[in-house]
Amino acid sequence: MIQGIFPVVKAGTQNDNCFEITFKAPDMAKEAKVGQFVHILCDGKTLRRPISICRIDKAEGTLRIVFEKRGEGTAWLSKCKEGDELDILGPLGNGFPLCDTNKNVLVVGGGIGVPPLLGIADFAADGCDAVLGFRDRDHLCLIDDFKSVAGNVFVMTDDGSFGEKGFVTERVRALVSEKAYDAVYACGPSPMLKAVSALAAEKGIDCYISLEERMGCGIGACLVCACKIKTADGEKYLHVCKDGPVFKASEVIW
Amino acid sequence: MADMKVKIAGVEFSNPIITASGTYGFGKEYSNFFSLSELGGISCKGITLEERQGNPPPRIAETPSGILNSVGLQNPGVDYFIEHDLPWLKTQDTVIIANIAGRTMEDYCTVAKKLDATNVDMIELNISCPNVKAGGVAFGVTPQGVEEITTAVRAATKKPLIVKLTPNTADISQTAKAAENAGADAVSLINTLTGMKIDINTRRPVLRNNTGGLSGAAVLPVAVRMVWQAANAVKIPVIGMGGICRWQDAVELMLAGACALQIGTANFTDAYTPIKVRDGLEKYLDDNGYASVGDIVGKVEVWE
Ligand SMILES: Cc1cc2nc3c(=O)[nH]c(=O)nc-3n(C[C@H](O)[C@H](O)[C@H](O)COP(=O)(O)OP(=O)(O)OC[C@H]3O[C@@H](n4cnc5c(N)ncnc54)[C@H](O)[C@@H]3O)c2cc1C
Ligand SMILES: Cc1cc2nc3c(=O)[nH]c(=O)nc-3n(C[C@H](O)[C@H](O)[C@H](O)COP(=O)(O)O)c2cc1C
Ligand code: FES
Repeated sequence: MIQGIFPVVKAGTQNDNCFEITFKAPDMAKEAKVGQFVHILCDGKTLRRPISICRIDKAEGTLRIVFEKRGEGTAWLSKCKEGDELDILGPLGNGFPLCDTNKNVLVVGGGIGVPPLLGIADFAADGCDAVLGFRDRDHLCLIDDFKSVAGNVFVMTDDGSFGEKGFVTERVRALVSEKAYDAVYACGPSPMLKAVSALAAEKGIDCYISLEERMGCGIGACLVCACKIKTADGEKYLHVCKDGPVFKASEVIW
Repeated sequence: MADMKVKIAGVEFSNPIITASGTYGFGKEYSNFFSLSELGGISCKGITLEERQGNPPPRIAETPSGILNSVGLQNPGVDYFIEHDLPWLKTQDTVIIANIAGRTMEDYCTVAKKLDATNVDMIELNISCPNVKAGGVAFGVTPQGVEEITTAVRAATKKPLIVKLTPNTADISQTAKAAENAGADAVSLINTLTGMKIDINTRRPVLRNNTGGLSGAAVLPVAVRMVWQAANAVKIPVIGMGGICRWQDAVELMLAGACALQIGTANFTDAYTPIKVRDGLEKYLDDNGYASVGDIVGKVEVWE
């Protein structure tokens, strides 16, 4: 875990409202694991903004993030250019548990939940299957990146303006019935996560999901980022920044 | 080099910078950034008799130059703290302050008694947390309430006792005096100011608890005023906090009458804030020819 000032080496856009930044932070990249996040200071803000790590390049010593413009913090961040410097704290949280025995892996992403899953596709030994859902063709992101590393990529849009029309859960239901996956990893809006968790549970497949909650410190000290989790001692408020953001789907209390 | 040491109720601090309760957990996470021995002290997360789960999320919202929080005293309980957190904290070579809270007077006294039997350095009585229904706010808002609870806890422990005052009161000099009369060794202030933020699109409060405690830069002028009033009302030491982000803020609070300081919210923005404030304060003392940090305490020259 490091807090420092790091140079932006590449900045770009995925669509009109979705941006990406690659910054150089060799020590952070060395430590980083798929599914972890970074906490970024945005100009004039008291609280840092949590953004998932999308890709780790240990050789180059860089980390890439992909994010949507939501409010003032991300609006400021979207204006960053190559050569600018960012105050970043990371890597934070626990990543996705990845094991080499996970030969058949399914990743399921919805909207801005797609970026943290790219690293899993990078990692999966025999390539993974990916189901990526977006509102419409104007909100797509990282399709080409996934196509270059994943086995099968299924793109869904709510209105059918790109790929298949429908929700990711419909495609996921079909896939888990056809193929014996060893694990499912998902990130996206809560209703999607809930549905995917239920489908995986039906088939007895291990499922890991990445959660979001509003954060303060980002490191487990202030206890604001609570989420309810089943533990050996009963239901407890654990903390997304330190105990997560990735949780075992069967332990999450919705 | 100015002497940065301060002494409060017989306890020596290597410097006046303490991290504020609830923002620093039990220190472990922040020890990733620097040795905790660089700090004058650590005020731990508020602890209660039994484990508490706290309020449902969202528990935090950003507001102009500050934040609102409604954690609601999530903590593992005093027994767990004594067994699992305190032993490690006591190896960190800094002053360890246990911050305690409760629902009833008996709860406070039981927690204080349990801590009395440990090697914790000081106890800070949180009678001002605005988040827990009937969990302290009743004691903190009136001088009678402050006197009652302070008297009871004073009888339960020989540890140096700091009473942490709430700004949500009519007259801070009266509650400060009440704490002093009841045997407090020091007072600390300010705790958070009750606030609220509404999402104009959903028409819902952002915090699931509807209201929460305001902290950060926004509260600094309130803290400076209240520390000044409290310091003028009592003879016991005043520990100042509320909105400290830079060394200049620390100097202001000391001039107003604080002999030590706590830093909370600013740790979220920059984990190195306590070190930067400490070093900036030391340079200010050197640049202005002060031999010791105590030399600026209460030295504001108010207009007639
Ligand atoms: C672990 C984690 C990983 C994330 N990864 C990504 C990512 O890869 N790409 C991406 O686009 N977004 C991601 N988010 C969401 C992102 O943090 C928010 O969109 C961002 O904080 C909004 O800030 P703002 O100032 O633009 O918006 P505002 O609405 O003005 O923010 C106000 C406050 O609310 C907080 N907040 C608002 N929305 C969220 C949210 N959804 N989750 C947590 N806090 C929020 C902000 O951090 C800030 O403190 C992630 C969130 C978490 C918790
Ligand atoms: C997330 C959070 C949790 C807090 N928890 C406690 C607590 O448990 N006990 C307490 O006495 N004060 C608590 N406080 C109040 C702080 O200790 C401090 O009095 C206040 O935040 C003002 O200082 P600051 O502006 O530097 O943060 C908490 C503050 C925050 C932001
Ligand atoms: S953000 Fe502070 S504990 Fe999670």
